[in-house]
Amino acid sequence: MAKYGLRTIAVLYLFFLLVLPVGLIIWRTFGDGLGPFVEALTSASAVHAFQVTLTVALWAVAANTVFGVGTAVLLVRHRFPGKRLLNALIDLPMAVSPVVVGLALILVYGRFAPVGGLLESWGVQVIFSTPGMVLATVFVALPLVVRAVVPVLEELGDDQEQAAHTLGASRLQAFVRITLPGIRWALAYGVVLCLARSLGEYGAVAVVSGRLVDQTQTLTLFVEERFQNFDQPAAFAAATALALIAVITLLLTKLLRPKG
Amino acid sequence: MAIEVRDVNKSFGTTPVLRDVSIDVESGSLTALLGPSGGGKSTLLRVIAGLEQPDTGTVRISGVDATRLAPQRRNVGFVFQHYAAFKHLTVFRNVAFGLEIRKRPKDEIRKRVMELLELVHLEQMADRYPSQLSGGQRQRMALARALAVEPEVLLLDEPFGALDAQVRKELRTWLRRLHDEVHVTTVFVTHDQEEAIEVADTIVVLADGEVEQVGSPAEVYDNPANPFVMRFLGPVTEIGGSLVRPHDIEISTEPVEGGTAATVSRVVRLGFEVRVELQVEGRDAWVQVTRGFADQLALKSGDVVSVRPTPGARSLVLATV
Repeated sequence: MAKYGLRTIAVLYLFFLLVLPVGLIIWRTFGDGLGPFVEALTSASAVHAFQVTLTVALWAVAANTVFGVGTAVLLVRHRFPGKRLLNALIDLPMAVSPVVVGLALILVYGRFAPVGGLLESWGVQVIFSTPGMVLATVFVALPLVVRAVVPVLEELGDDQEQAAHTLGASRLQAFVRITLPGIRWALAYGVVLCLARSLGEYGAVAVVSGRLVDQTQTLTLFVEERFQNFDQPAAFAAATALALIAVITLLLTKLLRPKG
Repeated sequence: MAIEVRDVNKSFGTTPVLRDVSIDVESGSLTALLGPSGGGKSTLLRVIAGLEQPDTGTVRISGVDATRLAPQRRNVGFVFQHYAAFKHLTVFRNVAFGLEIRKRPKDEIRKRVMELLELVHLEQMADRYPSQLSGGQRQRMALARALAVEPEVLLLDEPFGALDAQVRKELRTWLRRLHDEVHVTTVFVTHDQEEAIEVADTIVVLADGEVEQVGSPAEVYDNPANPFVMRFLGPVTEIGGSLVRPHDIEISTEPVEGGTAATVSRVVRLGFEVRVELQVEGRDAWVQVTRGFADQLALKSGDVVSVRPTPGARSLVLATV
């Protein structure tokens, strides 16, 4: 009996927390058929929001992949002063609220801040523009690739890399031919997680983007703005699209996970 | 000389691992670095390969100063204890790795790899992955991979350490035969004196980061430089203040000249040999005799016998404490 009791509680809990809200969104989205859904998502603003989201996410994923693999190799294969500090700093974005991240970026890169002013004089606008949104997203999704790769790199050991060296491989050759294939599943897992996080980011991007409709509006900002303006069909359609993307990435991570 | 190591010192943090180590390895020889774990033998091998940098001292390979050379420029083959197989590559691609790095033509690579796989009896396994091989097969693959680049010296770090006893014995004999065929200068690390004596033609005994003795297996076994080497190379026992091999002791029921009186405390039959445990001057000692000899003397516990080192046998006088 206790077994069934626990199951019922778990199912009810998840139902009210997850299944009902998401289900309702989907129901509201497709309540009037597929037509309004397609129409809402093909409006100029929605398409633009899609493009902004993709641009920001792809840049952020690219940056975090390069940084993530580099940092993981540094943390696992090298010994240097400040290693523990670096290790701790990497997890910082997990602890700091995205809104704080956004405000901090404005403090440094805003038009009236020293660094931002300098960049502005060179014609580079960071805040209220794509670079700032990429920065915010990179920061928020920073630990994901590193934390996916580090344990696998540790488990892999450096025997194979050393063997490659004695066989004549340079550092780069050993990395490309031996290390990278060794961590490929973990890396793919980290990249997918990072992509999901980047697509769904709201808080930090909301602060640094300035929420300029048709300019710096991402899909998540679009959902919020449409909802505030009583354009519920568009809000629900975009929300459903985001949820679908999330489900797909979730399935991808499930596929990648067992192989470590 | 294929390898000349001169005055090498190496510490990890504050712990010295190698102290003023100098060794010469002759071209075409098969040398064992023998010693207890933590004695620095693996570190010495890794210094020769360039996987560790010595703090001071030099390493010359085939007459060239290699001390500051990166491992990939030393042209050494290295075989790791845990195989270090490239898990994502087939056996064929593992062995071909060094040749692919050297951008050799495809036909040449194919021919050379198949030759090597035949040499290590893995020609049927070319398309398998390392995870589909047994430990012994993986180690043979690692050996073929190291030999593929025609190294000037082949270095093996406890190559059979991770294998079970049976496979270990097979691979030992096989390594000796392989060396007789290929003639590449080979250095291998082991903590197993039997393995060193059986396989190597020169043994370097290392302990606490220092070279204790260098010589042929017979030399280090029969003429150990010090009690440590004598103890490490084989069984020893103490009689009359000297360290003696238990098979180099004469035992008789009559008092003999130069003999020491001893009381038999136990007679243990181990197959064809018999281990006679004794009390000599209040200390435990033992003698190894053949079964026939033991039967002839009809030894049993409580007997008083006379023991002395076999004339001509090497014994070491221990400093009295």
